[in-house]
Amino acid sequence: MQYQPKIEPLFSKLGWVGLIGFALLTLLVVPSLYLMAPDGSSFQISSYTVTLVGKIMCYCIVAVAMNLIWGYAGILSLGQGLFFALGGYSFGMYLMRQIGRDGQYQSNLPDFMVFLDWKEYPLHWIGTDSFLWAIVLVVLVPGILAFIFGYFAFRSRIKGVYFSIITQALTFAFMLLFFRNETGFGGNNGFTDFKRILGYSITDPSMRAVLFGLSAFFLLFVLVLSRILIKSKVGRILTAVRDSESRLMFCGYDPIRYKLFVWTLSAVICGIAGALYVPQVGIINPSEMSPANSIEIAVWVAVGGRGTIVGPIIGAAAVNGAKSFFTQAFPEYWLFFLGLLFIFVTLCLPFGIVGLLSKLKRKFIKSKTES
Amino acid sequence: MQEISGIKNPRSQTAIGHVAKGGVDISHGPILYLEDISVSFDGFKALNDLSLTVDAGELRCIIGPNGAGKTTMMDVITGKTKPDSGTVFFGQSIDLSRMNEPQIASAGIGRKFQKPTVFENHSVFENLELAMKYDKSVLKNLFSKRRQSQIKKITETMEMIDLVDQADRPAGLLSHGQKQWLEIGMLLMQEPQLLLLDEPVAGMTDDETEKTAKLFKSLAGDRSLVVVEHDMEFVAEIASTVTVLHEGSVLAEGCMEDVHANERVIEVYLGR
Amino acid sequence: MFKNKRNVLLLILSCFVLAFPVIGKALDRADISGLASDTAMERLRAIEKIAAIGDPDALRLLEALQNSEVMITDAGQIVLENEEWDVIDAITLEVLDPQPDMYDTVIVNNRMRSQLDSAIGVLQLLSEDREIRLTSAKSLQDNLLPSLLSILNKALAKETDQEIIRILKESQSVILLNAADKQQRMEAVNYLMSSSERRVRELLAAKLERNEFGVYTEESAEVRVAIESAVAAIDRKLTFIDYFGRLFSGLSLGSILLLAAMGLAITYGLLGVINLAHGEMMMIGAYATYVTQQLFVSYLPNYFDLYVLAAIPIAFLCSAVIGVILERTVIRWLYGRPLETLLATWGISLFLIQSVRQIFGAQNVEVSNPNWLSGGVEVWNVVMPFNRIAIIVFAVLVLIGIWLLISQTRLGLFIRSVTQNRSMAACVGVNTAKIDMLAFGLGSGIAGLAGVALSQIGNVGPDLGQAYIIDSFMVVVLGGVGQLAGTVYAALGLGAFSKLIEPGVGAVLTKIIILVFIIAVIQKRPQGLFALKGRFVED
Repeated sequence: MQYQPKIEPLFSKLGWVGLIGFALLTLLVVPSLYLMAPDGSSFQISSYTVTLVGKIMCYCIVAVAMNLIWGYAGILSLGQGLFFALGGYSFGMYLMRQIGRDGQYQSNLPDFMVFLDWKEYPLHWIGTDSFLWAIVLVVLVPGILAFIFGYFAFRSRIKGVYFSIITQALTFAFMLLFFRNETGFGGNNGFTDFKRILGYSITDPSMRAVLFGLSAFFLLFVLVLSRILIKSKVGRILTAVRDSESRLMFCGYDPIRYKLFVWTLSAVICGIAGALYVPQVGIINPSEMSPANSIEIAVWVAVGGRGTIVGPIIGAAAVNGAKSFFTQAFPEYWLFFLGLLFIFVTLCLPFGIVGLLSKLKRKFIKSKTES
Repeated sequence: MQEISGIKNPRSQTAIGHVAKGGVDISHGPILYLEDISVSFDGFKALNDLSLTVDAGELRCIIGPNGAGKTTMMDVITGKTKPDSGTVFFGQSIDLSRMNEPQIASAGIGRKFQKPTVFENHSVFENLELAMKYDKSVLKNLFSKRRQSQIKKITETMEMIDLVDQADRPAGLLSHGQKQWLEIGMLLMQEPQLLLLDEPVAGMTDDETEKTAKLFKSLAGDRSLVVVEHDMEFVAEIASTVTVLHEGSVLAEGCMEDVHANERVIEVYLGR
Repeated sequence: MFKNKRNVLLLILSCFVLAFPVIGKALDRADISGLASDTAMERLRAIEKIAAIGDPDALRLLEALQNSEVMITDAGQIVLENEEWDVIDAITLEVLDPQPDMYDTVIVNNRMRSQLDSAIGVLQLLSEDREIRLTSAKSLQDNLLPSLLSILNKALAKETDQEIIRILKESQSVILLNAADKQQRMEAVNYLMSSSERRVRELLAAKLERNEFGVYTEESAEVRVAIESAVAAIDRKLTFIDYFGRLFSGLSLGSILLLAAMGLAITYGLLGVINLAHGEMMMIGAYATYVTQQLFVSYLPNYFDLYVLAAIPIAFLCSAVIGVILERTVIRWLYGRPLETLLATWGISLFLIQSVRQIFGAQNVEVSNPNWLSGGVEVWNVVMPFNRIAIIVFAVLVLIGIWLLISQTRLGLFIRSVTQNRSMAACVGVNTAKIDMLAFGLGSGIAGLAGVALSQIGNVGPDLGQAYIIDSFMVVVLGGVGQLAGTVYAALGLGAFSKLIEPGVGAVLTKIIILVFIIAVIQKRPQGLFALKGRFVED
């Protein structure tokens, strides 16, 4: 009988259950409870919670994108925060246009432009009053930047830590650029005081529920997409890039193309996450581009377990949950905690929480079979 | 060796890659020309006006002391190192010095490294699958499905390299000799016309070495092989022509007996 | 506002000087009698009169007035008080006998005070003290009115100091550019040709313009030709000075980058460790300097100026010890996993930043320059601050020190051997673990030294390291790994390059251009600009 390779399913049974459960919870249960549970009932969900969870889901999307390139292709990018922010800014431009004349200065221009004494929109704002164009920008801006940068970086065979450092420098340079008023993105303060999306109020509960649902949906979508990608032959080629790039080249593959593909894809996903994030938190400013943010993304993935399916999501949720707890309860200890977490995870949990769990599971099964 | 009949005729498959549309032109006999190649690393001349021709279907062994430039020569042929001067041609028309590694690999040159390099986290099957001759572009691979014919071909190769029962094991868990075999198997999956093998039998048992020698001899004729090896017994067993490299250029070339008798070769390499 | 007001006053004053050409006339009682008046207007006029006298006596009297030392006796005599508390006559300076019983201070209101200031400013040209004359001459350069010509002439006749003469002659020539006599204008232009001041260049260039009727401001074509060549000459000098200045700031930045990157190059070159906490090692060095300073203030105030020297070994040790501790506890577990090291060292850096915040507070602490590092020297109109010069020298010394350590000592030999071939070094009995530890300590210690240097030129705060870490990585990436020379070239090159283009394109664009430049360089030389070529093993 001829040998047949084992075919792994897309998700395990448990995985499917979790996936569907999560979909039901976030797309059905939470929005309806949030919108319909009567005041004072124990099922009531506050706007704060919905926004917080929505925000964390955006981070989870970024973590999945980061896992694609770092966990599977071995490219540690310290620039994912930049793409996230660029997506956010792209959609933020539309949100600023939607303020209309409701700003403080009651001008057609956003307040910061009035403040700078600008008379009209600068060139790169053309068309940003269109929702569709805003969506296009959200995809194109991070995508094109990642493509161009990646093309040159990968072509010159910059890899490993060199690539990390260069992406960090890129992020830093962009942060400086966005801090400047002349760049036309509101300088220090960035964009805020949003009012509407497509004419509907942004603070309206149903709008919040829609954004929450969209974030959840996109998170699921990205998760399934990345899983399909990793299961495909391209996924195997990407892990081969990570493990032995030169062998792959001598097999006739051009690793640059594969890296460029997954890197650009990851940047676009981050950009979309940013666009979902901005209307929920109501602000975007250049500090989103600070190198610290990007490197934190890597830690979410490391904490959860890189190269695993749900690891990045668990990591992003856990670290950000801890962050909102610490910054409220002991703000001064947050950095201590985060710093120690970086060290602890890299030293003791090379495969993150998920790695630890599966190790425990293996041990458990072993001890069971032995006894 | 009848099992490998499926991959014996490279022309039966559509040649894919940037250059090798019609396959390599070997109408004049030689498949590889190296002419006056020089490479220097910060003053150290690794290759010094090296000229070498390999005929189609030939099995050529390259020997020489450490630092003679054997590996650098392979680097130049496979595009890893660009020569400072000189020309490298694959067949009559393909100028290798203008191509990068994947293009050269697609053109039909396979290489086995000195240290066995396989994809350690992939199974044996996946390793061979990745090496298989197939369109190597992103888009094609994104939507590719395994066909039964491909699985059959991979299985044949696995049988040949004795790794069928290891098919689902990660390659990283194989023994050294098995890794060497796997890498050779990957090379075969690529269906190259020219195989460059850097110390293919290092770390193999006598049994394995013998088998390898058999395999190489059966491959020669349809394909051309360039083997770098220190194991003189192995070289004597397989080679028709031996080239001795010394300080970056050819010291002697000929059949094993001639080379053995050469005064200079005895002096710099074989020892008295 | 103040400056305008001063200009107006100066104008009033100069009109007065012009109206009464009183050169040679000595101070007399009639001139100063107005000071005794009850009306402020009278007193103001008296000041004008005194100023118009324009001799050292007048200056002395005005200064006394400014210090409220001028008084009026009951008899209406205007008097001063000398150092022995004797009352003396304001003009003759003779001690009054008998001493008057009652006297009032001459009241100086705000308007008078402004007028006094400007009058004194001008008259200080005649002061005995060179520094005062120099300051006065410099301050007058901004307000050159034709009326000042007479006092400039007077000052020039007496002046012996070359520098002041140059300034005065330049001022005189600027005024004479508007002289009626063509010959005088010509001479003025010829003198100004040797100037290297942008201000003078603008004044000259203005002479070449035409008014709305198409008439040249300078009527003589001959003079215009002279002005044109003078402007061109000054432009050449200005360009030179400009580039010289940029070169100096470039060198200064380069030496800072060098200090920051040297330690990094050692840890990365040797251990393959990208230490993102390297910036925090610098910060620790800077805080060590701060603590040393505070200790000197408390216990050795007399030797305060030496605290920086004491801080050098202290900072080195502090950073080195912390580096060694980190190597032993964290980093050594991560060798061979560069990306994980990157994350762990970032964690360390967060931890260190927060620790410093807890200990010293989130605000910047003040580290002051010792006297011998404050101030600067002016070369070709470019001020070179002593602290920046000291950092350049310091960077060179540290470089020499590292070079000696690496090339001449046994430790250096071991470090080189481990860098080149770790397993071989281990085989011949080098204790690689110990060398790793010492090398990491050394790299961190050098970062501490960089911190001492940074504390002398900028703010010392918990975020100090963050500002330099990316730039110093760029240096290492550009320079290539494993070669000190590459780091030196890259640091100085990047420093000079960024300062050369920065005035033209701005700081942000400079950063982006440099990033693009580095990527472009790596296209050609993936291992860095100066790395050794070789059959490097990938994967």
